[in-house]
Amino acid sequence: MGGGTSSYREIEETDCILLWGSNARETHPIFFHHLLQGVKRGARLFAIDPRRTSSAEWADVWAGLDVGTDIALANTMGREIIAAGLAHDAFIANATTGFDDYRAMVEPWTLERGAAETGVPAAVIREMAHAFATSPRAMICWTLGITEHHTAVDNVLSLINLALLTGHVGRWGSGLNPLRGQNNVQGGGDMGALPDRLAGFQHVETDAVRAKFDAEWGVAVPPKRGWHLSQMFEAMERRDLRALYVIGENPAQSEADQHHATHLLEGLDLLVVQDVVMTATAQLADVVFPAAAAAFEAEGTVTSSERRVQRVRRTLAPPGEAQDDLAIIFALAKAMGHDWGAPDAETVWNEVRRLSPPHGGMSYARLEALDGLQWPCYDEAHPGEVFLHSRLWEQPVVGPRAPFSRVEHKLPVEALSEEFPLRLTTGRRLAEYNTGVQTGAYRSPTRRGETIDVSPEDAAQLGVADGERVRVRSRRGQVEAPVRVDRTLRKGLTFMTFHFPEEVATNRLTIDTTDPKVGTAEFKAAAVRIERIGA
Amino acid sequence: MSTDSLWYHLPPPSTVVPTPPAEAPRAPVALSIDGREVEVAAGDTVLDACRTAGASVPTLCYLETLTPVNACRLCVVEQEGARVLVPACSRKAEPGMKIQTASPRVRTARKVVLELLASSVDLSTAGELTPLLEEYGAAPGRFGAGAATVAQPVKDDNDLYVRDYGKCVLCYKCVEACGTDAQHTFAIAVAGRGFQAHISTELDVPLPDSACVYCGNCIAVCPTGALMAKPEFLLRQAEQWAPERQAVTDTICPYCGVGCTLTVHVQDQQIVKVTSPIDNGTTRGHLCVKGRFGFEYVHSEPER
Repeated sequence: MGGGTSSYREIEETDCILLWGSNARETHPIFFHHLLQGVKRGARLFAIDPRRTSSAEWADVWAGLDVGTDIALANTMGREIIAAGLAHDAFIANATTGFDDYRAMVEPWTLERGAAETGVPAAVIREMAHAFATSPRAMICWTLGITEHHTAVDNVLSLINLALLTGHVGRWGSGLNPLRGQNNVQGGGDMGALPDRLAGFQHVETDAVRAKFDAEWGVAVPPKRGWHLSQMFEAMERRDLRALYVIGENPAQSEADQHHATHLLEGLDLLVVQDVVMTATAQLADVVFPAAAAAFEAEGTVTSSERRVQRVRRTLAPPGEAQDDLAIIFALAKAMGHDWGAPDAETVWNEVRRLSPPHGGMSYARLEALDGLQWPCYDEAHPGEVFLHSRLWEQPVVGPRAPFSRVEHKLPVEALSEEFPLRLTTGRRLAEYNTGVQTGAYRSPTRRGETIDVSPEDAAQLGVADGERVRVRSRRGQVEAPVRVDRTLRKGLTFMTFHFPEEVATNRLTIDTTDPKVGTAEFKAAAVRIERIGA
Repeated sequence: MSTDSLWYHLPPPSTVVPTPPAEAPRAPVALSIDGREVEVAAGDTVLDACRTAGASVPTLCYLETLTPVNACRLCVVEQEGARVLVPACSRKAEPGMKIQTASPRVRTARKVVLELLASSVDLSTAGELTPLLEEYGAAPGRFGAGAATVAQPVKDDNDLYVRDYGKCVLCYKCVEACGTDAQHTFAIAVAGRGFQAHISTELDVPLPDSACVYCGNCIAVCPTGALMAKPEFLLRQAEQWAPERQAVTDTICPYCGVGCTLTVHVQDQQIVKVTSPIDNGTTRGHLCVKGRFGFEYVHSEPER
């Protein structure tokens, strides 16, 4: 079951933090408050990021790796930990499998080779490896810098390998934590909004699981997994997918290679969009369902990055004809001949509790009384787990051992070339959010619109000045944007957000290559060139 | 892939429910509050002991989530054998202490503190202080009409919040919330000495030119309304701010995955203020700019 293994409180009491591919200072500001308390208490912070971000300003060490070399760096650290005799042999023997293969796999990754491949000096890699392995408690936290690559899954597995190697999981203050980018990314996955899962991460291709859901629902659940988002776009291309129902997503602006994505959406036989405002995607739709703003105008739950299920409450009536998502879905079901009765969030939640064992103990009454509960929480006497995988420390281990994984370093799909010599990576800024559907409405004094951020070296070489409008071109498209000279970028690296798609459609530039395992797009690594306008 | 693997089956529950490490036991400390024997734990403050004893001690610059700065002197109590009054919020409880929380000396000290503040500062929006003035019989007028004040124009230099330092009692809470107790942005500090002491950005520049990131955590801790989010400020100007008509509901922030609790204040079907509970384990009352101010899209007409 996938989720951050630790609680926020633990990062205040840990001794070493690897913040990997995450600018949490801006993207998870209140989590960063907890992290800073840990730093103040003496934890060493390593910021591993191609950009010297505002998070890295707080780090003991900034490891500025080249985009897409995370596995090389993790494997080099793994080799160094083994070579220095710092692996946690007892934990490895008790709780893991595949260590010998792992050791053989990382053996070629000497500090020298790792430094050459990643751009991080050997001494820095060594220092990080030693600090991580020798700290009594240590945590790895990451965000989309790890997952928005064609090697998304392997990137995560390479970090899990480091935790297994050092025993930094399943204990207070040690753990592996993906910081979720949206308020219910965790909960959406937990509820089965994944092509191969039902609620509670139960696999749809498992007979016993399906039997349980069949019995509850009185219908036969299809026994095969569906498509993930990227596969759905591929199916649209093949015209195998002809109708699409989009709830609270703006793929016309958020998908990589925007021209192509919009073209595919336009080619559908039927596009239904349910959202709080008329997004660019809604403007392409055949049918639009105006929806309530879930956080303020609906009842329900969301699940945070520490696996905490918390109550969302209706503070306002939705405007005009807008209805909450549950009511719209119930009405649709009724139109299709299924009367589910009156839509009620608690009734639906109690169905989740019956079907998903890790949510069994989370009654609305307990969620209210306890400020939420962390899964797994099997029954009403269970307090919820503050950290996961403590079973790995039981002797003998309870349940299956945790496997080391084989992970190969592969550079980003789009190599830099003479024609496209600059690496473009994308991300968020503090006051903005995604395509601006929500944040566009409030007047942030720090808003400065879209820019193409370039290093001082590149700006000098290109002969462009701060504020000058330039054309940015990739193999897929081009945009115009003002230059912002940014000293936190190393030579060869450029940065854009995707917050202002009406002004600058950044995703015309990005590449829609995806991880073959889960379909996340490689937003973090496109190749571009910058041209002066009128020069 | 075989369907036996972890990929297809949830791992079994741990046989032991994981818990945080036990905190080191703290020695009991027995002391007397207003003649009542109470017991607290070593490291607790005199204020903790007073609250355990049920004695009411007013505070102004103290907040559970901030480091005590001993600025306001409103929480002073009398300790038997001590030369001066002690600030209850920061003084650690010691065995055998004999504390008086409402002796004439204590009451006089608090009265003078309140008079000095009320004579120099506009306390019209300092809801918690007003009843204290009456309780302690404070007469701020006794310094005369010519008493110095900190009256000054409101600083209204951005779209999210205003700073009315004519209402500032220099409790330092905003400085601490902006600094090492929470936000670590360090956009503001106390500048100047004596009566000229004031909260200032670097070189007194307007907020948009400062390091401010508009988290508004300073607003959340301000006890006097000197710092105020724009919607409340505008409604008050129009004499339409009506807390008694506001519905207050907790929900979860719609933005990132941290899951901050938002306390949403709704007046006439409009969100007019967002705060977070000070005892919430995730936020401790603090939010970021999106959580505190990013709700406007809900009211965006005509898009919705």
